[in-house]
Amino acid sequence: MSRLTALKALFQRFSFLLLLLASIALMMVGRVNPLMVENSRARVTDAFVPILDVISRPAATAAHLVERFIEATETYRENKQLRVENARLLQWKQAALHLEAENTSLRNLLHYKPEPKASFISARVIAAPGGAFVRNVVVTAGRREGVRRGQAAVAGPGMIGRVVEVGEWSARVLLITDINTRVPVVLDSSRQRAVLVGDNSDQPQLLYLPPEAKVAVGDRAVTSGDGGLFPPGLPIGLVSSVNDRLIRIQPMVNLSRLEHVQLVDFGLPVGLVSEAERVSDLK
Amino acid sequence: MTISLWQKLDQTGRSLAPVAVTLMLVLFGMVPLYLPGYDRVAPCLALMSVYYWAIHRPDLIGPSMAFAIGLLQDMVAGTPLGLTALVLVLCHLVVVYQRSFFLANSFVMLWVGFVFIKVGATFVECVAYTILNMKLAPLAAPMAQTLLTVALFPMFAWLFIRVHRAFLKEA
Repeated sequence: MSRLTALKALFQRFSFLLLLLASIALMMVGRVNPLMVENSRARVTDAFVPILDVISRPAATAAHLVERFIEATETYRENKQLRVENARLLQWKQAALHLEAENTSLRNLLHYKPEPKASFISARVIAAPGGAFVRNVVVTAGRREGVRRGQAAVAGPGMIGRVVEVGEWSARVLLITDINTRVPVVLDSSRQRAVLVGDNSDQPQLLYLPPEAKVAVGDRAVTSGDGGLFPPGLPIGLVSSVNDRLIRIQPMVNLSRLEHVQLVDFGLPVGLVSEAERVSDLK
Repeated sequence: MTISLWQKLDQTGRSLAPVAVTLMLVLFGMVPLYLPGYDRVAPCLALMSVYYWAIHRPDLIGPSMAFAIGLLQDMVAGTPLGLTALVLVLCHLVVVYQRSFFLANSFVMLWVGFVFIKVGATFVECVAYTILNMKLAPLAAPMAQTLLTVALFPMFAWLFIRVHRAFLKEA
């Protein structure tokens, strides 16, 4: 008994030091064994999902109200704009139909093996933990719904990130703006390959382009499919600025207004996804 | 006079108020607010709370509790595990060791103290981040976040003072 009290006294005396060391040790564990940390993270996040789900609803409702008001004031102008756009899109539709027919016939000629069919899992964003150092969101779909690590997350017109952590009924999506994001992309117009690298700013950078590559503002970046992590052709963003060595991409989707996302299972059998899956199965 | 069970329960409930407020702030701080650019500069609410309670009731939020709160924040927010825990424990340490400086009578001094703490916290975060990622931490966002956190502090300090008066002041 006295030994216990002595131990307690010792802990109290050195509690600060112990706690500081524990924090630093945890950071190291996170570096050395990220999978273990990931699993415990997913468990804890799962536990807080019900609360986050409830408290995120009023904010969503308020945002809806504000949005509706803004929409109502801009209806007239928007309507005019949409008519013009509609006329243009109808022309595009004709072009697309024509190309689709041509494509089908050419594929038939070549015995082209079609890409596996994709399936979607829709989920609501319940937490967007802010801060200067991470960019991720927590969504309400997990292993039960068929979410797997490495799946691409899509919202509206483009890709927003990928699933990095899967709990029982929640998952964490690392956004393409996060500093840990690397996505192999290809520029639509020039077919130039590069890597999209997040740096926690709103506009990720484009790296590893050859020096002679011609890049213009407005070029579209889509996933290239290299490495097998993402299927080719998912739109990511438009080139927004080109300086000497720094090319920035404006994401297609407004990442601060994410409300629902779709996690996409492309049924890709090879690559890093299955690798990650195998590793987590072994654990 | 013996203390009845209800009084004991009441006491315990009251002394849990600081922890409850902090936990609520941790969770509310993660709610998506749909404001453009907000998530990069979202203020660190847990730091405000730990700072306030470490000054006024260090017995109710001790260093271990600060550590646990930081750990929870790291778990749910996806920050490097242990980073927020380290910052909160350091904050607690500094405040408790320099309590005479922080335990000022005026509200302005409370605010000024928080400016020091937040700047220190941001510095620690940036250094830890740089070491963990072997890459210089971005500076613009942490600086903006520091400014916003400091600017919003009075609002939350008001909340803490209200909670303090409502639950923890002996008549």
